[in-house]
Amino acid sequence: MEPSTLNEPASEARTNAPAEIPAKRRFLWLLRRELWESRSIYVAPLAVAGLIVFASLLGAFQLPEKLREAHGLAKQQEVVAQPYFFAALMLMAVTFIVGVFYSVDALQTERRDRSILFWKSMPVSDLETVLAKASIPIVVLPLLTVVIAMVTQIVMLVVGSVVVAASGGSVAALWGHVSLPGMWLMLAYHMVTIHSLLYAPIYAWLLLVSAWAQRVPWLWAILPPLAISIVERIAFGTSHFANALGNRMGGGTEGSDFAATSGMMDPLMQMTPGRFASSPALWLGLVVAAGFLAAAVRLRRLRGPV
Amino acid sequence: MRGVAVIEARGLRKAYGPNVALDGVDLRVEEGRILGLIGPNGAGKTTALNAVLGLTSFEGELRVLGRNPWHERDEVMCDVSFIADVAVLPRWIRVSQLLTYVAGVHPRFDRGKAERFLEKTTIRSTHKVRELSKGMVTQLHLAVVMAIDARLLVLDEPTLGLDLLFRKQFYDSLLEDYYDGNRTIIVATHQVDEIEHVLTDLLFMDRGRIVLAASTEALEARYTQLTVHPDRLAAARALGPIHERQGLGRSDLLFDGVDRERLAALGEVRAPGIAELFVAVVGQRAAQARGPARQA
Repeated sequence: MEPSTLNEPASEARTNAPAEIPAKRRFLWLLRRELWESRSIYVAPLAVAGLIVFASLLGAFQLPEKLREAHGLAKQQEVVAQPYFFAALMLMAVTFIVGVFYSVDALQTERRDRSILFWKSMPVSDLETVLAKASIPIVVLPLLTVVIAMVTQIVMLVVGSVVVAASGGSVAALWGHVSLPGMWLMLAYHMVTIHSLLYAPIYAWLLLVSAWAQRVPWLWAILPPLAISIVERIAFGTSHFANALGNRMGGGTEGSDFAATSGMMDPLMQMTPGRFASSPALWLGLVVAAGFLAAAVRLRRLRGPV
Repeated sequence: MRGVAVIEARGLRKAYGPNVALDGVDLRVEEGRILGLIGPNGAGKTTALNAVLGLTSFEGELRVLGRNPWHERDEVMCDVSFIADVAVLPRWIRVSQLLTYVAGVHPRFDRGKAERFLEKTTIRSTHKVRELSKGMVTQLHLAVVMAIDARLLVLDEPTLGLDLLFRKQFYDSLLEDYYDGNRTIIVATHQVDEIEHVLTDLLFMDRGRIVLAASTEALEARYTQLTVHPDRLAAARALGPIHERQGLGRSDLLFDGVDRERLAALGEVRAPGIAELFVAVVGQRAAQARGPARQA
């Protein structure tokens, strides 16, 4: 009896030719798969956010006193706004670290545990797989950083307001010193320009190494850039490569602006999308990133389990 | 009239450096066959299957369901399923996540069917793969694969390391719940006796080449195993057996294309098992390969 009832749906499915799954929907499933496997993508920033909220609760109790001590509007503003900048910076740092670790592992783990044979038995191309994995550090993590930072800062502001109000301070003054929308805009700009676009070749390089290395991917990730720097230094006495790399890691001109604005009144002044978009380093980096990803796709096709 | 070809290979070749894994394989597998791929270790079975599955590049011509698997793996995998030699399901995944994922990316997956199959096992949807025993992981993979309405199923040592009960269950499920006469199944295994009764076709491989390819009926018609007593042994040997094995007080001789009536006069005749056939055919080849070297 049982086998016949089991066979029914199969024959049904064959008569109505199954609908194709649209590429966009398939891509979302690939992303979901990544989030299932690497839960640190959202657990790590959420844990840091929890820590920040806890710390800001402790800090809020000292806020009224600090405000009394701070003289002048600029000083007061700095005292109030600094924890919010710091919160955003911490979240950016942790998602960057998560992105680096994720990228080094992304195409290596599936070969090490042989599950690549299962993933490859699904009707999903290597290009789709690599693009899904690349979009975790380049798209998902920056997006997540902005959203989590926004929520964290709102919670910080609410906590701060309650404490200030309870101690008889002026909530209006607090709100006047913190301009969240401006901060968010700058954070989003920073994430897109630096963490997505400028860092794209770094993540792409790590993914390439992850697809390439049979063992010790970290060594492969670090040694070639180091070797290039050393050879350049000794052979030509220059440090263009190391400087370019350091400059990119530091966020280029956009990054130095961000650091400088951390305590300033109007961060919007510091955004220079025109200058950013016309920088050759940006476009060169994106071309290199595309090349690295193309190589990673090819390697995923060629390489079997480790 | 010939059936629809699921796999067509001509001059299929693959070398890893100086090691030739596939040395000019010609092959045609038609729809609805259950093909046993048999060969010693290093015969090129896995390489051949990997080429079919788009997991390795190759020289020569190979079409799976009319497509080149190396260039169109994702397309081919809509109609082809496979279970590889060791458990390859990711250890971190939850059973429910696995079913959700396959349902999300595979157009021919019927989640309900997989769930009904799993209900008959002790696997729960909250289990993670790493919490399952080896046999359960194979059951899970089988449940996923059987719920995919594929045209070709490739099994490479699917029951390796499983106990006898699981192995029997595996092939029983496959035949009862999956095989419908239209699907094609290729099984590569060393445990020949377990699949003997389910196969419609046999393919022996040795050192990158196909040594023997035929339907099981054709093989039964062609090969005969004769058991004779010592007094008839000389007469039997005169008919040119391709393989001989000494038993207790009698000998087993294997004949290729010798009339069964003539042999029956000398002793007991029957169709040879796959294992005996394999030893005879592949062993003969090995002896031939050694022959000239000894003379030189």
